[in-house]
Amino acid sequence: MIREELLLDFTSRFHADILDLEDKSHTRVYVTITPESIVRIGTYLFRNIGARFNIASATDLPPKIEILYHFIVEDINLLISLRVFLDRDKPEIESLAKDIEAFNWIEREMSELLGITFTGHPDPRKLLLADNWPEGVYPLRQDYEEWDRTIDRTRGV
Amino acid sequence: MGQNNRQDKGGIMGKTIIPIGPYHPLQEEPEFFTLTVEGETVVDIDVRIGYNHRGIEKLSEMKTFENCTFVVERICGICSTSHPYAYTRAVEDIIPMEVSMRSKYIRTIIAEGERLHSHLLWLGLAGHFLGYNTVYMWAWKLREEILDVMEILSGNRNNYAMFKPGGVRRDINAEDIPICLKKIDSIVPTLVMLKKAVIDDPVLHARLKGVGVLSYQDSINFSALGPTSRASGVARDVRKDSPYGAYQEMEWDMIVTKNGDVFDKAVVRILEMFETIKILKYCLNNLPDGEIDAKIKDIPPGEGIGHIEAPRGETFHYVKSDGTNRPLRHKVRAPTFMNFPTYKATVKGQTISDATIILAAIDPCYCCTERIAVKDVKGRMLYDGQDLIRLSREKTEKIKQRMGGK
Repeated sequence: MIREELLLDFTSRFHADILDLEDKSHTRVYVTITPESIVRIGTYLFRNIGARFNIASATDLPPKIEILYHFIVEDINLLISLRVFLDRDKPEIESLAKDIEAFNWIEREMSELLGITFTGHPDPRKLLLADNWPEGVYPLRQDYEEWDRTIDRTRGV
Repeated sequence: MGQNNRQDKGGIMGKTIIPIGPYHPLQEEPEFFTLTVEGETVVDIDVRIGYNHRGIEKLSEMKTFENCTFVVERICGICSTSHPYAYTRAVEDIIPMEVSMRSKYIRTIIAEGERLHSHLLWLGLAGHFLGYNTVYMWAWKLREEILDVMEILSGNRNNYAMFKPGGVRRDINAEDIPICLKKIDSIVPTLVMLKKAVIDDPVLHARLKGVGVLSYQDSINFSALGPTSRASGVARDVRKDSPYGAYQEMEWDMIVTKNGDVFDKAVVRILEMFETIKILKYCLNNLPDGEIDAKIKDIPPGEGIGHIEAPRGETFHYVKSDGTNRPLRHKVRAPTFMNFPTYKATVKGQTISDATIILAAIDPCYCCTERIAVKDVKGRMLYDGQDLIRLSREKTEKIKQRMGGK
C-alpha cells in the first residue's frame, strides 16, 4: 500500500473521529482524533495496517493533557502520530493494553508521571516511581513542585 | 494469577530484598525479578524496575537544546551515542533540516563503532553466564581494540560527545584513519574464530537451541525491537526501513533468523558484527569532504521525532519546542523498554538454570540478571543471582560431559 492510498483509506474510514490531519513531511503525519476512538483507531493501525507501536508521549499543556501515540508503517516509512487531548482535571482514556502487550508499560508510566487514568488496564501498578511517592503528585505536570522537603538536591547535578 | 496473589507476593518480595538493597556496589542498573517456581520450572515471573529512575526527561526540560545532547548521552554508558543520535535527529526534524554528508558519515562511524563494541560486550557476558570464560576473555579483548579506535576518533572510550544538533562537534583527522582501519582489520581473524566456536559448538547447540523462544507473533505483539525481534524472523531494521546517516551509501545485509531462541539471538548479534565492520570500513575509506556543522541558531516552535537503530533496537526521541531555547517536552524511549516485557512470553515454563541467559539474551543492561531472586511457592528464598549463574554453568558442564561421553 502506498502512502497516499493508506492515508485516503484511513481518513475515509475514520472521518467522523478525525479532528485534524497535519501532513508534516514525507515521513511524518500527525492526526488529531477524539479520545473515545483511540482503541478503535489504534487497534486498526496495529492489527490491520500492521504498523509497529513505537511509543506514546504525553505532555501537560494546561488546560489540556496531550497524548501522542506514535505508530510506524515500516513498509512505506511513515510515522503516524495519533494525538488526543484530555481534560487536565480528570484525564481519562481507555487502555489499549487490554489487547496489545506493547502498550502495557508505557500506559503505566504515563499514569504515574502525568496522572492519566487508563480504564481497563490489566496491571495498573506503578512502574518507575518509588513506593513512598505520594498519591496525586505527578512529576511531569507543569505545576510540579518538590514535595520532599528533607532532601538536598543541590549537589551532584 | 489474580490481583490478590500478586499483591501479597509484593509484600514478601519487599521483606526479603530490602536487606540486600537494589543498589549493590557491583551493579550499574538495578532491576529486581521475582521468579515463582514449581520444582525446577518457572511458573510466574514479575519484575520491578525504577530503582535507578533519574528523571532525565524532567531534567532535559531544564537544559538548553545544546546541553540536552550531553544529558541524554549519560542515559547509558554502553550505547552512549544512540541517544544523542536520536535526539539530534528529533531536533533537526523540528526545523526541518538535513546535515551535511560528511557529518552523516562521521555519525555513522561513531554509531557503528559503538554497535561493534556493544555486541562484543554482550557476547562476552553471554559466554560468562554459560561458563565459557574463554569466549568472555576473547570477546572483551577484541572490544578493547574497538574502544581504542573510538578513543583515536573521538578522544573518549565511551561518552564520545561527538553529536550536536546540526552536525558533529569534532572532525575526523585524515591521518588517524589508516591506524583505525588497521585496528579494525586486526580483530577480524579472531572474530571469525569466535563465530565458528559459537555457531558450530555442539554443546552450545544443546544448551541454547529451543531455550526462551520468542515467537514471531509475540515479537509483533510486544513490538520487540532490534536483534531480539530479528532473531524471531521480523525483518525490520530502522537503518533499512527509515534510512538515515550514510547507511544507504553501501551494500550491507540485514541479519534475520527465524527460531527466536537464545541461540538465534546470539547468531544475529555475531553475524551483525561482520556487517558493522563492512559499514565502518566503507565509511572510513570514503569519508567525503565538507562542513561538519550547520551552526543552527534558533529552534522554531514545533515538534520533531528522531529514531535510529541502536545496538539493542530502535531508540526513539520526541522533542516539542515552544520557541524558547529549551524543550517543552522531551520523551525518551530506549529499546529495552519494549524488549524487556518479552520476559513474560519467554521465561515461563523454562527451568531456573535457563532464566539468566534468557533474560540476558535481549541484552538489557547486563548487571540486571544478577538481580534475580528465586523463591518457592511459599515465598522462601532459594537462590540469589550468584547461585543462578552457578546453576547455568553447571548445566552447560553436564551437557559437555554427556556429549564428551558419547
